[in-house]
Amino acid sequence: MAGARRKLLLMGRSGSGKSSMRSIIFSNYSAFDTRRLGATIDVEHSHLRFLGNMTLNLWDCGGQDAYMDHYFSTQRDNIFRMVEALIFVFDVESKELRKDIETFVLCLRNLYEFSPTAKIFALVHKMDLVIVEKRQDVYRALMKSLEDTSAMFSFQVQGFATTIWDESLYKAWSSIVCTLIPNVTVFQKHLQTFADISEADEVILFEKTTFLVISHVTNARSPGFRSDSTRFEKISNIIKQYKQSCSKLRAQFQSLSLRGSDCTAYLDTMTANTMIMVIMSNKSDSRGSTDQIGNSENDGDSDDSFASEAENNIILANIKIARKMFEKIEMMNPDAR
Amino acid sequence: MTMSVDEVHDGHAFGPNPSPRIVMMGLRRGGKSSICQVMFHNMQPLDTLYIESTTAPTTSVFSSFIDFAVMELPGQINFTEAMIDAERIFSSCGALIYVIDSQDEYINSLANLHSIILHAVNANPNINIEVFIHKVDGLSEDFRLDAQRDITQRVTDELLDDGLVNVSISFHLTSIFDHSIYEAFSRVVQKLVPQLATLENLLNVLCQHSGIEKAFLFDIGSKIFVATDSSPMDIPTYEICTDFIDITVDMNNLYAADRRPKPVTRSDANANNGTANITNRLESLPQGRPIGSTSRLSNGVILYLQQMVKGLALVCLMRKESMPNIALVEYNIEFFRDALEQLWLIG
Repeated sequence: MAGARRKLLLMGRSGSGKSSMRSIIFSNYSAFDTRRLGATIDVEHSHLRFLGNMTLNLWDCGGQDAYMDHYFSTQRDNIFRMVEALIFVFDVESKELRKDIETFVLCLRNLYEFSPTAKIFALVHKMDLVIVEKRQDVYRALMKSLEDTSAMFSFQVQGFATTIWDESLYKAWSSIVCTLIPNVTVFQKHLQTFADISEADEVILFEKTTFLVISHVTNARSPGFRSDSTRFEKISNIIKQYKQSCSKLRAQFQSLSLRGSDCTAYLDTMTANTMIMVIMSNKSDSRGSTDQIGNSENDGDSDDSFASEAENNIILANIKIARKMFEKIEMMNPDAR
Repeated sequence: MTMSVDEVHDGHAFGPNPSPRIVMMGLRRGGKSSICQVMFHNMQPLDTLYIESTTAPTTSVFSSFIDFAVMELPGQINFTEAMIDAERIFSSCGALIYVIDSQDEYINSLANLHSIILHAVNANPNINIEVFIHKVDGLSEDFRLDAQRDITQRVTDELLDDGLVNVSISFHLTSIFDHSIYEAFSRVVQKLVPQLATLENLLNVLCQHSGIEKAFLFDIGSKIFVATDSSPMDIPTYEICTDFIDITVDMNNLYAADRRPKPVTRSDANANNGTANITNRLESLPQGRPIGSTSRLSNGVILYLQQMVKGLALVCLMRKESMPNIALVEYNIEFFRDALEQLWLIG
């Protein structure tokens, strides 16, 4: 069955970080490894299967001036036709910001002509090089100009501040890829059902290879549910590192079960392309009652504020049953709703 | 410049109950401060480029199952001037770590080491001399072995020339950019743990009766392993156990109820560069039930972690065939935990 093909244009000045990003997200490079990447020659094409029914056709366009000139002249047709999304990378340290914005405008002009329905994303990259206090201002200043220019072509640009050195990269790419998944609302709906039936506090669905977040549901039913606001991308980052560690032992990890201080979490394979994480929090509010919990450390019997063994097994059983449903969703005709 | 050893002696680690002490010495720019920062203060290895030269003796105390004080003596000190004070330090010290920069000419370093050994052994014949052949990340495999062989040869020859035969001396290849520094430090610490034999015995018994292939007792804060069972150990296994600790602690903190400052672990690579997010990971473990985690790998290996008393964690490798009996394994581990608690109470 023909899957949906999504063409993504990755553009930006030479050295802005396009190939580094691509290799971290899609090729399992660590941030450290990207220093060995050289300049991209012309356009590098990658075909990435994402879930069962989608192929991402990523065009990493080398940013050197000679190539850029071609893109806007002889190769206009080829590059800008049938584009699903443009991801333009701005190097926050760029000395020629005006020129970068002009290039951005050129892209928009060509997309307006050849792919008017394309989605526009701007990544303000290498934010680790900006001091923490200034980051918000730098980002907003650039985004203001970009929003104004995009409005001229009736495009809406979505921006992200990113760096390869923390989890912000995963947040940006998860958001981008999610907008491209043909039936993401179906995933969301079924994930919600799963979360409700399992009485879980949070359920997250990840793509297996890249560990980008496809969908998540937060019910937060337990009064003790506390979470970090940037947890989704942090989990992607943490697990990606774990995958790299496991590969040193020539193995891949299949599941992870965490009995945490305030929660219980399961990360397991859902389908061939996805993994699911189920989080159940402490049933009682642990604020101000550390004494109780401290005491129950040594007394396993009074530990009934945490998910019991039976409940844990139910989660695993639910995952097994839900598997078939999710496999069907992945193989669905991308145009069906 | 004289060492202000008195200042240091005011520190509580040197108080009425002196804890085992490790002294770190070596020529300047050898890497001593970087090692301490990375191991005990959670600094990212890349950030150590910005550390300033150490001018005064600095002590890092880390207290978990065993209390340790690591004292780092600045490399600029002309050692012979401070001879008397040094003897006081050596006599109450369990191990002397000497850091050699393997990427530099090390002849001067070896001469310095030799005179230090003479003084140290004079003050304390039981002292363990540990030589860290450091910064080996920049050398190829052959070069590393050559350097190790060369240094070992020279040092032992010089000691023999002086008639010192009973010196306990070991050589380690280390780098802060991989796990070798943790492994070397673990070995140094293990020699100073009085309960080591008991711990190893306990671990052996646990492994035999629970179908566990390999077990480590780690200190969560510094990722030093305090003891392991007697089965052969290989480096990839050790590395994945340290990574597993990182992952468990990080994931736990994402959903932890109390908002302590988040630890920066190796898996949280280089977040917030520049801002000193240096926290003792032990303090940042939320209070709550002991943390545990299990992970299945595709090659049939199961990683199992269970937090123990005083910032220690038991990390085991099992095969998936042991999983149906996991309840029994956990039962055994509870006995192991009780034994640890008793050991700590006695010690």
